[in-house]
Amino acid sequence: MISVQRDDFDHCEQYQALKEEADGDGAVVTFTGLVRDFNVQGSVSGIHIEHYPGMTEKSLMRICSEARKRWQLGQIRVIHRVGTIGPQEQIVFVGVTSKHRKSAFEACEFIIDYLKTSAPLWKQEGTSEGMKWVASKSSDQEAMDRWANTTNQS
Amino acid sequence: MIQIKFFASLRESIGTSSLNLEYAGENTVADVAHELVERGANWRLLEERDVLCAVNQTLCGKDAKINDGDEIAFFPPVTGG
Repeated sequence: MISVQRDDFDHCEQYQALKEEADGDGAVVTFTGLVRDFNVQGSVSGIHIEHYPGMTEKSLMRICSEARKRWQLGQIRVIHRVGTIGPQEQIVFVGVTSKHRKSAFEACEFIIDYLKTSAPLWKQEGTSEGMKWVASKSSDQEAMDRWANTTNQS
Repeated sequence: MIQIKFFASLRESIGTSSLNLEYAGENTVADVAHELVERGANWRLLEERDVLCAVNQTLCGKDAKINDGDEIAFFPPVTGG
């Protein structure tokens, strides 16, 4: 299940849905990203996320397909919010089920790393000088590059 | 006709989110970018190395082939998550 949406999501509902659909899987791993209320320049009053309607959804689907090629997975749920989001609010959810925890942990991390470097989403942060576009981080690319040299271990 | 879209800081710098170009036999995304930079100083950003592009909503290199009817997009490095 992929969703790009303005509205917030209920983490418990997402977990419950994954658990109900798990169909014999022994592991559920979820990741939830929150808006930080600070960055290197100081406090952040909130963020605004722009996306590319159509392509963002396709990218997320492609990322999930790529994860399924590498690990034996049951259910995958990815939610990314767009628009204006306040400090400490939820931005992104990734939930994965698998027979065993290792695949679920790895796939969840892979999906968020891949999302951060390839899904067309752009973040602006509210600073004391107004809204500022966030620069991409080399650490995100390095996190993604780690996966380039790994193959399916499950 | 090819439809060209711009996103985020690139959209702001250029001052437009999309435009249509009459297809004139351009071979690649780079050809289209090269044509657009003629429009003014701000448009030169399109040829910067870190600008990403997509053809028909699939990420690709600037050497990607294009055809009449394609949707091409230019955007800065992504920062979601």
